[in-house]
Amino acid sequence: MGIFSFFSKEKKEKLDQGLEKTKSSLLGKISKALIGKSQVDDDFLDELEEILVTSDVGIETTLKIIERLQSRVSTDKYLGSGELNTILKDEIAKLLDENKADIPGDFENLNGHFPYVVMVVGVNGVGKTTTIGKMAYQYKKAGKKVVLGAADTFRAAAVDQLKIWGSRNDVHVVAHGMNTDPASVAFDAIQYGVQNNADVVIIDTAGRLHNKVGLMNELGKIKRVMSKVKPDAPHEILLVLDASTGQNAFEQARQFVAATEVNALALTKLDGTAKGGVVLGIADQFKIPVKYIGVGEGIEDLQLFNKAEFVDSLFKN
Amino acid sequence: MFENLSSRLDRAFKVLKGQGKISEINVAETVKEIRKALIDADVNFKIAKQFTDTVKEKALGANVLTSVTPGQLMVKIVSDELTALLGGTTEEINLNGSPSIILMAGLQGSGKTTHSAKLANYLTKKGKTVMLAACDVYRPAAIAQLKVLGEQLNVPVYANENSKNPVDIAKEALKAAKDAGSKVLIIDTAGRLSIDEEMMKEIGDIKQAIQPQEILFVVDAMTGQDAVNTAKAFNDVLDFTGVILTKLDGDTRGGAALSIKSVVNKPIKFMGMGEKMEALDVFHPDRMAQRILGMGDIVSLVEKAQSVFDEQEAEKLQKKLLKDQFTFEDFYTQIQQIKKMGNLKDLMGMIPGVGKSIKDLDISDDAFKGIEAIINSMTPTERKNPDLINGSRRKRIATGSGTDIQQVNQLLKQFDEMRKMMKSIGKLQGAGRSLRGMPFAK
Repeated sequence: MGIFSFFSKEKKEKLDQGLEKTKSSLLGKISKALIGKSQVDDDFLDELEEILVTSDVGIETTLKIIERLQSRVSTDKYLGSGELNTILKDEIAKLLDENKADIPGDFENLNGHFPYVVMVVGVNGVGKTTTIGKMAYQYKKAGKKVVLGAADTFRAAAVDQLKIWGSRNDVHVVAHGMNTDPASVAFDAIQYGVQNNADVVIIDTAGRLHNKVGLMNELGKIKRVMSKVKPDAPHEILLVLDASTGQNAFEQARQFVAATEVNALALTKLDGTAKGGVVLGIADQFKIPVKYIGVGEGIEDLQLFNKAEFVDSLFKN
Repeated sequence: MFENLSSRLDRAFKVLKGQGKISEINVAETVKEIRKALIDADVNFKIAKQFTDTVKEKALGANVLTSVTPGQLMVKIVSDELTALLGGTTEEINLNGSPSIILMAGLQGSGKTTHSAKLANYLTKKGKTVMLAACDVYRPAAIAQLKVLGEQLNVPVYANENSKNPVDIAKEALKAAKDAGSKVLIIDTAGRLSIDEEMMKEIGDIKQAIQPQEILFVVDAMTGQDAVNTAKAFNDVLDFTGVILTKLDGDTRGGAALSIKSVVNKPIKFMGMGEKMEALDVFHPDRMAQRILGMGDIVSLVEKAQSVFDEQEAEKLQKKLLKDQFTFEDFYTQIQQIKKMGNLKDLMGMIPGVGKSIKDLDISDDAFKGIEAIINSMTPTERKNPDLINGSRRKRIATGSGTDIQQVNQLLKQFDEMRKMMKSIGKLQGAGRSLRGMPFAK
């Protein structure tokens, strides 16, 4: 895939570490469920259902995985736990494969856009601002000139928070202060980016619950205003999801997609929970690619999501 | 995606029509549906299993009255059990201390800082002098955030930007609160993962150093299956005294509440219902139970109504709903008053049977215009007796209101659903059953 420094050992260890809990619960439980079994029976399937559901995969996707597994087992003839692991891994990888991605998969390639405009959205407290701080670090490391737009003008001190990330990364932050019009901040940030030859402009927005129609409409407005500076902006609308969120994550994805045509996902706080599962469910139901995963609090703890490695990590012994 | 539990159960019980008792055989399918509904609501898998086993036991042998469907009876049993499990009664905050110290703890992004401030506002309104302490030295601008909120509320905030040691800051804050003669000290802390040993030790140290009367675990109502592990880990370290459930103004069912309560058995004391400083409510177990089950929340609706218009009016509405005399005229009046109450979708969602049908609708402020026009195009007699409205009348109403027949049909159907739901509840009461935990229980 040619992803920049992604396969470095250090990074891989971090991912393994971050997913430790997911791994031990998913793989550990599956192996345990298989002990002493010579065939896939109802007991095993029940247990597999429990394992997947308790990982927040969601009922629909769980049933889909189980159905596929069942039909594979009946044609392929299941022999031992090794084969079963392979089949499961295969099916899970397939779920993630079905995504159609039209956004760049790393920090170097910007699909020819100049500047490449990213709008970051999500409910309250998922880690939007922190993710932006980490993204700015990565883009900068890849040699890009980055501008941040502080369009979360609502939450107390949100602008300050982004400014601190800006100074840590030594990138310019366009801000109008608190309680100003977020759309005009976004407009100015992109304009500043254009005038100063920035490669990437990242716009932070206020957290909003997806069932607040007024606030969701505001996102539409911010987006429209952006396109006034650059007709095809924003190029990437990144929905940030908290990995510990349960079934409501699906509703969040649905509503944000409806309001803003989300085309990339970031899954944060993946280091803290047993929830690799939510990725599978969301990827399966919405066909939106997971672009980033957050696996720690450090500035470098944002990774490009790599299906193969992710699935490998889930099943590695 | 989520389906109202009542309608699920009604379907599961179709086979059962005409049978007098809930038996081992006919309850199996239902129990499965209840479990699915609970899992959809983010109740932990294991807890959902235990819970449905209890429900099954209670349900076995229960007499099904002719006036209620077995599904309705089942919903009532489930709702009662759920309410009992969620805590039965409301628990107040403990303020025995001088000053009383409240320590806030939780994961990143659960809403600790916002709720520290909301709590300060809540207690200030109760006549307490409050001080806030900013002990989140990690997240950029966390201290600034608390300061801004404190300023808005006119509550002093203790902060020490030069210190990177939260334990020291907490101690200093306690001294400052004593010097200032504050009655309550609320300590905001950094978000931390339950598996981060170092950070968990730190919050344990803060607890040791200041001996708080209340330790409130702040948790996002949208949390999934992992809520159990997180709550347990925090409780193991802190032995917290209560829970604040946040972001309940979203559309999550909030099954995490049940998981947390079952695992650590600590009371949920408050719920956060919005971004405004006033949006903090005392926790009501019965309403939460109905929310988890997707049953709507008529009690809150009535209460919201009360806050906007006078009690008599609200009582009249409640009586009408109960007696199944709810007409389009009442509906129209309601719409006018609801429009005064704020977010329409939230309010509509509280009406049993309506929540689901409006789920995917984009409701803006003139969302009622079509409905109003349709009702306005009915004759007074039609408004009082919606059953009269046959095909040709529908056509006339559609033309008169500038809508089409489908829209008229939809409104009539929704209205009918609403009335049916209310009727069955009325019947339950008529049968002399305990109504604890059911809508209208007062």
